[in-house]
Amino acid sequence: MVAALFAVTVSMLLAAPAAEAAPTPSPAPTGSQQNYPNSISGLLRNNGVPLKGVKITAKGNGFEGSATSAANGSWSIGVPTQGTYTVELDTGTLPQGVKLAEGEKNPREVSFSNTSNVSTLFVFGQGIVVQKVDIFSQVPERLVAGLSFGLLLALAAVGLSLIFGTTGLTNFAHGEMVTLGAVLVFGLSAAGLPFWICIILALIGGGLWGYLQDAALWRPLRQRGTGLVPMMIVSIGLALAVRYIILYNFGGATQQLPYSQSPQVNFGSFAVSQNTLVSLAVSLVVLLGVAFLLLRTRVGKATRAVADNPALAAASGIDVDNVIRIVWTVGGVLAALGGILWAYYRPGVTFDMGQQILLLIFAGVTLGGLGTVFGALVGSLIVGVLVELSTLWLDADLKYVGALAIMIIVLLFRPQGILGRRERVG
Amino acid sequence: MNFLDILGGALGEMLSPTTAAYALAALGLAVHFGYSGLLNFGQAGFMAVGAYAFAVSTLQWHVPFIVGLLIAVVCAVIFAFILGIPTLRLRADYLAIVTIAAAEILRYIVTTNKLTPLTGSANGLAAFEGGFFDLNPFPPGTYPLGMSNRDFFVRVVGWVVVALACLVVWLLMRSPWGRVLKGIREDENAVRSLGKNVYAYKMQALVIGGVLGALAGMVFTLPRGAVQPANYGTELTFFLYTCLLLGGMATILGPVIGAMIFWAVLSLTQGILYGLIESGTVTFINTVQAGQLRYILVGVALMLLMIFRPQGVLGNKKELAFA
Repeated sequence: MVAALFAVTVSMLLAAPAAEAAPTPSPAPTGSQQNYPNSISGLLRNNGVPLKGVKITAKGNGFEGSATSAANGSWSIGVPTQGTYTVELDTGTLPQGVKLAEGEKNPREVSFSNTSNVSTLFVFGQGIVVQKVDIFSQVPERLVAGLSFGLLLALAAVGLSLIFGTTGLTNFAHGEMVTLGAVLVFGLSAAGLPFWICIILALIGGGLWGYLQDAALWRPLRQRGTGLVPMMIVSIGLALAVRYIILYNFGGATQQLPYSQSPQVNFGSFAVSQNTLVSLAVSLVVLLGVAFLLLRTRVGKATRAVADNPALAAASGIDVDNVIRIVWTVGGVLAALGGILWAYYRPGVTFDMGQQILLLIFAGVTLGGLGTVFGALVGSLIVGVLVELSTLWLDADLKYVGALAIMIIVLLFRPQGILGRRERVG
Repeated sequence: MNFLDILGGALGEMLSPTTAAYALAALGLAVHFGYSGLLNFGQAGFMAVGAYAFAVSTLQWHVPFIVGLLIAVVCAVIFAFILGIPTLRLRADYLAIVTIAAAEILRYIVTTNKLTPLTGSANGLAAFEGGFFDLNPFPPGTYPLGMSNRDFFVRVVGWVVVALACLVVWLLMRSPWGRVLKGIREDENAVRSLGKNVYAYKMQALVIGGVLGALAGMVFTLPRGAVQPANYGTELTFFLYTCLLLGGMATILGPVIGAMIFWAVLSLTQGILYGLIESGTVTFINTVQAGQLRYILVGVALMLLMIFRPQGVLGNKKELAFA
């Protein structure tokens, strides 16, 4: 969305140099495909074995291009403009005995939706029926995926809720804290560091970013007595700036983290990818840890006290500023972890990945009750499961709508949220 | 690099229909946020409602321009009611979250593939502007700044609508009704204790600002002859807030001047950066990154404005929607 908005704005402003730079469509640009800004790509695999030398053509918008799959089965066709293309796989070039799966469309229509790359997947193999509509395997699959998604949302939501509870700030820059975790892991692993070191450094980076944000921006603003609404708008400005700084350094492409392709784990009637299960376990353990800290330790109790009533907490000898600093740091770590898990769940790292789930995080927090930590947890789980289950009867491109609509409906009847205390909120 | 060209480009940008649309939508936000204290983060949604209601009704039922315009306004009123009924009794931050969510829901719905025949999905709709340009009274020819009669017509209509909207908002805000609104902004409970129906006043303000947003959506989309969902994301709302805060949020001309400054600065920075890159003075960034740099600037500007000059260029510090 951002890339498209940006592209539109640029072309609106002056003559767009990117558009001028694009060469005029030539009939068969086999050699110079990389020069186009947009591409259609995919991976051809039959039963895990890559298919080499398969010819694929893309036609549309007055352009025609083709590509042959490489040794690892990947293919990419550069196209001059975004739009709808007809992509056809030349079945004559398939190796002996390999067939497209039943129900696979060939040729098929592929359209760009706000990204510079679309991928389309051709599924091979006999007896494989595409999109089996088996409700008994779909429901548990979606449920596990939804729990995993809900828990990773909860990681970010707990931080957001703690920050809201202790400072009153509705932090629109939380999405960028999520993005930062994933981008750091990608950058560090691209620099050649071992995977575990990358994760740890990214979490430290997330915490550091939270700490710095509070020390350099939010604490001075609080001390100036800036109102909550201006602070909210400042956080929007911060979100915009950080998002485009990430775009500036990271680029607009989607990148994959190490181990992003994982095997499916079979549970009899249904299968779930290993990454989803690992993500579920990691977030569960971390959230239980946070709950333990909040309920059993001095710092946790102090945090809850500040969230409840900052003035009273300060009067009873709690260092409110210190608590808020800890909350920002922990919130940064949790958001970074959520971002890393989100990168595996989507899968892929993009500069606007945090912004994509920011509203779902808000929905989780609002559903559970603004400012309540356990409410954020419950709300996020509901949002995650709802998003995944809604794909059973809604189109996949509408899956976030259900969760957002539920949030609005809940506000109608129970504005304080599920676990929120009854109080005047108007 | 030709400074006159860059300057001319920036001046042209200040008068473009896009700037008029931003000014109009920001004026709607001034009614919401500046005068009534309603934190509407869904102005992009109102713009989308206006643009899509007009485009869909024109393409599906071939209604005349005026009817399409009326349908767009009615749809914006309905959207305002849908947003307002659940949230106007709640705290400001609830309204913010609900409006931003509703605008996104709207964008997801017009983007979904299932509704492609109606909304055109991600590609959007096109070729619905004929009825508007049939009303063009200007004969073909060359107009000031090398505009065609179409460009000229769009600009004239856009800015006349902005001027009329400014006049209407000005009259409204100096009326007793406007004073009640400002009272609600300052202290809701005080106004309630005077026997005013705060909820109804807020709803009326939401509707009026929303209708301005819908008109802005039409001004935005008519010169392009196309409407695409990607244009109506949350960032559009945030850019509108930047315009509003730049000019001054509780002023009539503030949003207009803010929109002009916003686009002139974007155009100037783009022209200068591209010029420097093309002449080889700046080699460490490319033109794509230069484009991104400008949006980093927008974000930083929004933060700095809010921190150091929340009243904007024209505003009065005493008259702020927040303390």
